[in-house]
Amino acid sequence: MRRRDGGIPVALLVPASLGTVFLVLPLVGLLVRAPWSDLGTQLTAPGVGQALRLSLVSATLATAVALVLGVPLAWLLARTRIRGRSVLRALVTVPLVLPPVVGGIALFLVLGRQGIIGRWLFDTFGFSLPFTTAAVVVAETFVAMPFLVVSVEGALRAADARYEEAAATLGADRWTTFRRVTLPLVAPGVAAGAVLCWARALGEFGATITFAGQYPGTTETMPLAVYLELAAGHPEAAVALSLVLLLVSLATLLLLRERWLGRSDVPAA
Amino acid sequence: MRTRTLLVLLAVPVLALTGCGGTSGSSGTTGSASSTTSSGPKLAGTLTVFAAASLTDVFTDLGHRLEKEDPGLHVRFTFAGSSALANQLAQGAPADVFASADQAQMDVVTRAGLQGGAPTVFATNVLEIAVPPGNPGHVTGVADFARRPLTLAVCAPQVPCGAAALKVFAAAHVDAQPDTLEQDVKAALTKVQLGEVDAAMVYATDVKAAGTAVQGISFPEARDAVNSYPICTLRSSPDPTAAQAFVALVRSTAGRQALTDAGFGSP
Repeated sequence: MRRRDGGIPVALLVPASLGTVFLVLPLVGLLVRAPWSDLGTQLTAPGVGQALRLSLVSATLATAVALVLGVPLAWLLARTRIRGRSVLRALVTVPLVLPPVVGGIALFLVLGRQGIIGRWLFDTFGFSLPFTTAAVVVAETFVAMPFLVVSVEGALRAADARYEEAAATLGADRWTTFRRVTLPLVAPGVAAGAVLCWARALGEFGATITFAGQYPGTTETMPLAVYLELAAGHPEAAVALSLVLLLVSLATLLLLRERWLGRSDVPAA
Repeated sequence: MRTRTLLVLLAVPVLALTGCGGTSGSSGTTGSASSTTSSGPKLAGTLTVFAAASLTDVFTDLGHRLEKEDPGLHVRFTFAGSSALANQLAQGAPADVFASADQAQMDVVTRAGLQGGAPTVFATNVLEIAVPPGNPGHVTGVADFARRPLTLAVCAPQVPCGAAALKVFAAAHVDAQPDTLEQDVKAALTKVQLGEVDAAMVYATDVKAAGTAVQGISFPEARDAVNSYPICTLRSSPDPTAAQAFVALVRSTAGRQALTDAGFGSP
């Protein structure tokens, strides 16, 4: 092995090691400084279960919405030749690079009760979206769906289009082809995209705290709870909650290992 | 505010590792102490003031005044909920002056042994209800905070304005039903300015600072929760002279006048 590689140049080894330390050390710190002795008390404190449940439910709902809307969108981007497709792709991936807090403000301006659509909703139905659990789901979907779209589009591009052509030759229309051939073909990609989307939704903070506010039980998700505990001067509780999120993240990574750790030819965005 | 917190969190271990935690925060102040002693009242460098969000307007103004008097001095502010600031200080955030919106958060700093001198109360403040122009929720007093159909913002309980709100609700026997617990009073006020909530419990000074963007509704129970604002210099301040100059300005006649103009009460 070493002979074939000809050794690792020091100029690469040193920064690579530093990079590893930089990425891993904070996580080690979290484990070292965790209040292990009273972790049980911290995690059974009132509100923790509530925040965790809210996080899991809203992230799952956000992923469901993202699947319903995002997979067809990815198909549109990968399989059609509609005009302005590249512009469309750029537009729908903006939330991927947009600071989430900006997304939260943008959501206010559209879906807030003074917003472009929100005002109509409020005047007609008396429905106000911000500061509700639905607002959490909306904020998370906004931030996380692009991850799914990008992931599924990549899978679609990597998939062999000849199966779909064969289906078309045999008389299947595009909808049938999509359902019976395309979707099963890219199912692993869709699953990976969904997991990625779910993880991003679970960790969402900026858009959520901006658009959905913070109230225990309705909008206070785990990341918000971590931040609020820290602001309230309870670092031990913040660390304990962080551990839970770290655990969930590691589980997510395990789910994705086939895709990220097992293969090296993952289609990139 | 979040970014600042993160920066502070990142900065703390780095500074601790490099062994410069005590002198960080104002690289330009090292030479200022000598210049201060040699040429009288001339101040230089960067002064960092951590102040309660409700002080945003009046302190920014006072900071400009100090900078005008001492052109070499740059006054830098971090405005946030007093509890967040107190905890950032306890975690090692570099600052020269701390002004809290209540005694409880000043006590956090005292307990951490961070004070440069005894804190002095320089202002008081009372709560007021802020509603969007036109008062769409027809809010008339504290009792409306129990009305579920309304969308209501209150500060989080650990933030001074939230602690005061709890006192008011208790005094008025109101079972408050807020929809969001904001991290500082300005965040609560913003939700009113955006028209996204029917009412928010803020300070009288915030209503005044917002001008025509919000309407204020004062209520008698506010007297049950008068907040005292203490200020102190911090022990780790690299430039105690400049820190004391700022505290002196806040407590001066000019500072008193600026606070009164903004709607703050006298201690």
